[in-house]
Amino acid sequence: MNKIIADSTIQVNEEGYLTDFSQWNQAIGTALSTEANIVMTPRHWEVIDYLQAEFKKDIPLSIRKIGKSNVVDIKEFYALFPVAPLKTASKIAGIPKPASCI
Amino acid sequence: MKRLVILGAGTAGTMMANHLNHHLHAPDWEIDIIDERKTHYYQPGYLFLPFDIYEPDDIIKPIQDFIPKHVNLIQEKINRVFPKDNYVELGNGLKIPYDVLIIATGAKIAPEEVPGMQGSGWQKDVFDFYTFEGALALRDKLRDWTGGKLVVHITEMPIKCPVAPLEFAFLADSYFKNKHIRDQVEITFVTPLSGAFTKPKATAALQHLLDEKNIHIESDFAIEQVDNDRKVIVDYGGREVPYDLLVTVPTNKGDEVMARSEMGDDLNFVPTNKATLQSLVYDNIFALGDATNIAASKAGSVAHFEAEILTNNILHFIHGEPLRAEFDGHANCFIETGGGKALLIDFNYSHEPVEGEFPFPGVGPLRLLKESRVNHMGKLAFRWIYWNMLLKGTHIPFVSAKMQEAGKHF
Ligand SMILES: Cc1cc2nc3c(=O)[nH]c(=O)nc-3n(C[C@H](O)[C@H](O)[C@H](O)COP(=O)(O)OP(=O)(O)OC[C@H]3O[C@@H](n4cnc5c(N)ncnc54)[C@H](O)[C@@H]3O)c2cc1C
Repeated sequence: MNKIIADSTIQVNEEGYLTDFSQWNQAIGTALSTEANIVMTPRHWEVIDYLQAEFKKDIPLSIRKIGKSNVVDIKEFYALFPVAPLKTASKIAGIPKPASCI
Repeated sequence: MKRLVILGAGTAGTMMANHLNHHLHAPDWEIDIIDERKTHYYQPGYLFLPFDIYEPDDIIKPIQDFIPKHVNLIQEKINRVFPKDNYVELGNGLKIPYDVLIIATGAKIAPEEVPGMQGSGWQKDVFDFYTFEGALALRDKLRDWTGGKLVVHITEMPIKCPVAPLEFAFLADSYFKNKHIRDQVEITFVTPLSGAFTKPKATAALQHLLDEKNIHIESDFAIEQVDNDRKVIVDYGGREVPYDLLVTVPTNKGDEVMARSEMGDDLNFVPTNKATLQSLVYDNIFALGDATNIAASKAGSVAHFEAEILTNNILHFIHGEPLRAEFDGHANCFIETGGGKALLIDFNYSHEPVEGEFPFPGVGPLRLLKESRVNHMGKLAFRWIYWNMLLKGTHIPFVSAKMQEAGKHF
């Protein structure tokens, strides 16, 4: 479905995740963070950059991987994105909801 | 003579030995299968052991009984694989060269991953039921337990049989009802997922059952530690859930042998092509069952479907033919819901579990995603099918390795 945010139209799925990463830009990321009640700082953006880089390499993300990333430890990751951090950060980063395999 | 070596004689390895035994013979081929254990455990039975529904004898049999006589069973620890030099080193130092290698070393619990999990409360008020010993210790605890806060907990995904913890919560509800102490027990289901299950339609059906049985759910919970003194589990965000009895599913990992052999990912699972089941790194190595990193359920039924497809691919590989990208992630699981009923779910990589009938479209008799007594009979019959058909690699009538789309309400 279409969503209008930060003066652009983006494609999102029913849970609000971007379906086309190429539509993402920092203004959209900022607007999405506001919806999640998060005020972005340079530390937040470092984490978002890391998530996007992993996504581009096709590497599935998990809380465990983030903890071992040397970018941020799990404690700080939670401090930055307090509620369901991996899902919230993925949404802001414009990448798909992390697939937890079953 | 060429040699095919199978690592692990659990569900998947045993099925491969039985399948390949029909195709690869002396004098051209020898098949070896290696396992350090003498006993084959029917792991789905671990769910029933704590509630005195199954006895230990129902779920253990000698490994030897299921290995065909022309296959060579080696009972020894596997120390390391040398994939570049095509040999396996055993715990006793013996080296076994191979032409084709199949990895079926499964997955096991790693409670040491979470601080405090194996602390002073381990097997006193903190239990697992993913091991034979854990399930038995929990049975003894439950026999005398008079009530309090029961917390059923999943540490992180992926785990074997991802619905087993939910089934445990449902069976606990029935068990305490039968003992007339359900009003003394508060049941909480704690999960790192955002709901009862990962797929939306099944989550809705299961959430409904949780409500009906008065089981409270705490979702998006990423555990940091178990605090044995205060009897709480704590998540990274500082959220706490108190327990009197904690039944946890610890992190599941592949066997350490994959780390020693530098063949595993960060959880020791083997990077595997999700459709051909060939190793992503070595052409003559294949993997199936719980040991792989593919995004399919870690379940015996999945291993069964994989084994049919992998047998064909191994024969293609041996004959120098292209592999077939056939595995679609097909899984078929009964979910015990307590009170003598069960649900059935059938899904694959691209289709989530939906309602419908199984195995015959429009007829059933099994109902997908709906609670019924017939489904429960199906779950109990699974044990017989497991020992008598699955392990021997017998094709289950009417159930195909690839998921059937007819009869399903997508
Ligand atoms: C509580 C519970 C409930 C379940 N319920 C269901 C269900 O209802 N339906 C369903 O389909 N599935 C269910 N499962 C999952 C099912 O049991 C597994 O998916 C299946 O057994 C996997 O088979 P496998 O061969 O990959 O691994 P396993 O059967 O675990 O076999 C691995 C073998 O490798 C051997 N091994 C490993 N490392 C070494 C080494 N270094 N040296 C020597 N030997 C080694 C082990 O000894 C073992 O015998 C359940 C599992 C659990 C824990």
